[in-house]
Amino acid sequence: MKITLRVWRQKNAEDPGHMQTIEVPDVSSHMSFLEMLDVVNERLALDGEDPIAFDSDCREGICGMCGVVINGIPHGRADSPVQTTTCQLHMRSFVDGAVIDVEPFRSEAFPIIKDLAVDRSALDRVIESGGYISVNTGSAPEANSTPVPKAHADHAFESATCIGCGACVAACPNGSAMLFTSAKITHLGLLPQGQPERDSRVLNMVAQHDAEGFGGCTNIGECTAVCPKGIPFDNISRLNHDLLGALVRGED
Amino acid sequence: MSTETMPDTHSSIDADDYFVLGDPIADTAAPAGPIKDRWSKRRFDAHLVNPANRRKIKIIIVGTGLAGGAAAATLGEAGYQVESFCYQDSPRRAHSIAAQGGINAAKNYKNDGDSIDRLFYDTVKGGDYRARESNVYRLAEVSANIIDQCVAQGVPFAREYGGLLDTRSFGGVQVQRTFYARGQTGQQLLIGAYQALQRQVNAGTVRMHTRHDMLELIVVDGRARGIVTRDLITGEVEAWTADVVILATGGYGNVFFLSTNAMGSNVTAGWRAHRKGAYFGNPCYTQIHPTCIPVSGDYQSKLTLMSESLRNDGRIWVPKSGEDKRDPRDIPEEDRDYYLERRYPAFGNLVPRDIASRAAKYVCDEGRGVGPGGLGVYLDFADAINRLGRKAVEAKYGNLFDMYAQITGENPYETPMRIYPAVHYTMGGLWVDYDLQSSIPGLFVGGEANFSDHGANRLGASALMQGLADGYFVLPATVPDYLAEHKLAPVPLDHPDVLEAVQSVKDRIDLLLSIQGHRTVDSFHKELGHIMWEYCGMERTESGLKKAIAEIRRLKAEFWSDVLVTGKGLELNQALERANRVADFIELGELMCIDALERRESAGGHFRGESQTEDGEALRHDDEYAYVAAWEWGGDGGRPILHKEDLVYEYVEMKQRSYK
Repeated sequence: MKITLRVWRQKNAEDPGHMQTIEVPDVSSHMSFLEMLDVVNERLALDGEDPIAFDSDCREGICGMCGVVINGIPHGRADSPVQTTTCQLHMRSFVDGAVIDVEPFRSEAFPIIKDLAVDRSALDRVIESGGYISVNTGSAPEANSTPVPKAHADHAFESATCIGCGACVAACPNGSAMLFTSAKITHLGLLPQGQPERDSRVLNMVAQHDAEGFGGCTNIGECTAVCPKGIPFDNISRLNHDLLGALVRGED
Repeated sequence: MSTETMPDTHSSIDADDYFVLGDPIADTAAPAGPIKDRWSKRRFDAHLVNPANRRKIKIIIVGTGLAGGAAAATLGEAGYQVESFCYQDSPRRAHSIAAQGGINAAKNYKNDGDSIDRLFYDTVKGGDYRARESNVYRLAEVSANIIDQCVAQGVPFAREYGGLLDTRSFGGVQVQRTFYARGQTGQQLLIGAYQALQRQVNAGTVRMHTRHDMLELIVVDGRARGIVTRDLITGEVEAWTADVVILATGGYGNVFFLSTNAMGSNVTAGWRAHRKGAYFGNPCYTQIHPTCIPVSGDYQSKLTLMSESLRNDGRIWVPKSGEDKRDPRDIPEEDRDYYLERRYPAFGNLVPRDIASRAAKYVCDEGRGVGPGGLGVYLDFADAINRLGRKAVEAKYGNLFDMYAQITGENPYETPMRIYPAVHYTMGGLWVDYDLQSSIPGLFVGGEANFSDHGANRLGASALMQGLADGYFVLPATVPDYLAEHKLAPVPLDHPDVLEAVQSVKDRIDLLLSIQGHRTVDSFHKELGHIMWEYCGMERTESGLKKAIAEIRRLKAEFWSDVLVTGKGLELNQALERANRVADFIELGELMCIDALERRESAGGHFRGESQTEDGEALRHDDEYAYVAAWEWGGDGGRPILHKEDLVYEYVEMKQRSYK
């Protein structure tokens, strides 16, 4: 198949950036989207041009390192039947002759590094502010001494599958990372091990979320629509519930 | 080929041409005495560092996967100053995250006769008797603590309705000792370690350096004292010094270009340390996983693993005739060859990974492979769907079927899946002693980056176990002993050895950028991968390996005269990142072939065509090759030096494996 790429080029954080049009006449429908970019990059290099910088690592949809906006949608999906990461999107999801726009994840909290690569370390700092259970190594009690109801464990697992790719932020008109933050609040808040720090966790993580420049959640739902792992939107209600409870208890 | 062609004593012909025989390894630092007391004894004998002194001690840890992330979190929590490095944009991206199946532990929760001794025995046997008994016993011993630790951190393992932990069984064992979190166990364990790490970052004990590539080891007075990194965003080359250096940088399967490893997984940290004096152990041991989605074209960047669990219900077959190009659904039963069920009636489709992989290769070599290029076999669920119903199959394997459909565009519920073996894990790595210390004092190596615990083959669900055992329990006990034993003066950043290491990195980068040849970095990497897969892949022969070594030497010369690296040094430059790594992969590839050439036996992930039984199974030669091959760098243009560490089996009897 033949496609036309219009791809965002930006030398560094200071460069204003622009769209570059590249014709790709010989795309195989079996290629993944990133393999198509690999082929384009090989040609750019041989033509003496700078290849397109983009992030990816595992290329099996689990590490969360890849992610670009394709035709306005984070991770692109196109007519793919399942929600997916960019690395698992295949060219068969596009029609022959398609014009495809490729841009970086855009958000105030994700500064652009080069071309399609952005800095998502704000998400690490949100975890750093309390997204863990404080337990020192070697001091843990016997694992089966704390039973966890299966339904809670399964629900916690579903939220724990967040890969931290940041698509939720890129899709949100407010640039909010609330789906990401709520996934961790839900994962740990549903487990008995997470209870002692439940209040301080939500207070600290939301404070850090705001300090990083992520916007507030106004229940638009674009985040779950693009989330490659289907993190449930009701996690945000759970976060708000925990936050309210923590604020009320904190005032006592 | 008959085994009679095997020389009965170790031939010196290869040695003259390819390597030099050095002194045997005299000491592995393993404590003596009963095996079940060795780790306790080692810990009791270890010198301790007073908590007030720990904050004055600096530890560098490279890699943030299960081993590196867990070690950084644990040593940080103990009060040391930890400097943690990874090449990804976040420590949470380390490739441990992609492991699917589970983690073994000798908890005996199912009351089915499991014990530390049994896990120890299964692992030694699974490794085809090429692992160290003391290390494997320790691994089995700390396995139960790993589960406790992870549960306390909130890792959402699968649970039974009573709220207790669930387990399942995995290939090659008869008990249910594998703990899991659906098909994403590696992800959940890594996130647990990452959260523990971020907690220490918050506490100020760990400083995290993301998007940093380690490009050189700093050795001062014979001890590892720091590293040189390139900041992947700015391109700045910097030196970092410390009292001790830990490498936990994963495996080197990307030497084959196509593998199940992440795109950035590389050998550079280990290889640079090797060039500075660290021995490389058993480089030829590569595990090939039988159930991957086949290659679809030249543009392919990586291979995707389908879980081994599919072989529980899927039946593997190819057409009896290579001429049979019918739609698989139209091929009647009598024209199909269920070759695993035919050759291995006792284990059928569930034979171990090395056996299943080689069997697939053979039927494809015969011209009976299916799919593009004839490199694939069918994994057919039609019988299972008839027997269990589509709903039951969906419930068991639905996410894997969806993944397959997404990648191939085929519906596996209607037509058989196609699978082919792919490079998955490397059991070789930097040689370490019982304390996980390399042959350079002060350089410790954990997880897949070391050679230590799996022998010639790795059982399923044991990679995660080793990574976390090393990171949470072993290194935090052995590294402080080294620190307490050696009072080290600080190394200033203007020390001549530091300046020399930084300059060598800058020179290498300048050289790579100045060649401005005609071939891209990836074209060299792909060519190296083809050579390695063809001659050092599922089956190796003497003539093939010699040919590969000649080809790699030619490729190396061509790389350094004709590689094209675009862009500049002081910027984000992904071509330069890859060039640095591919240059090291080329040198490693040569050593892997030399190691494979020298080992004239078949053991686990190393199958020498000249060493097989009459019916085509792997044949070990315990009298000659029951040793670890620890290779010393012989200098540029020189021959590597082979040091042998004899493997002594006191507790497990060495037997030929059979799955008939």
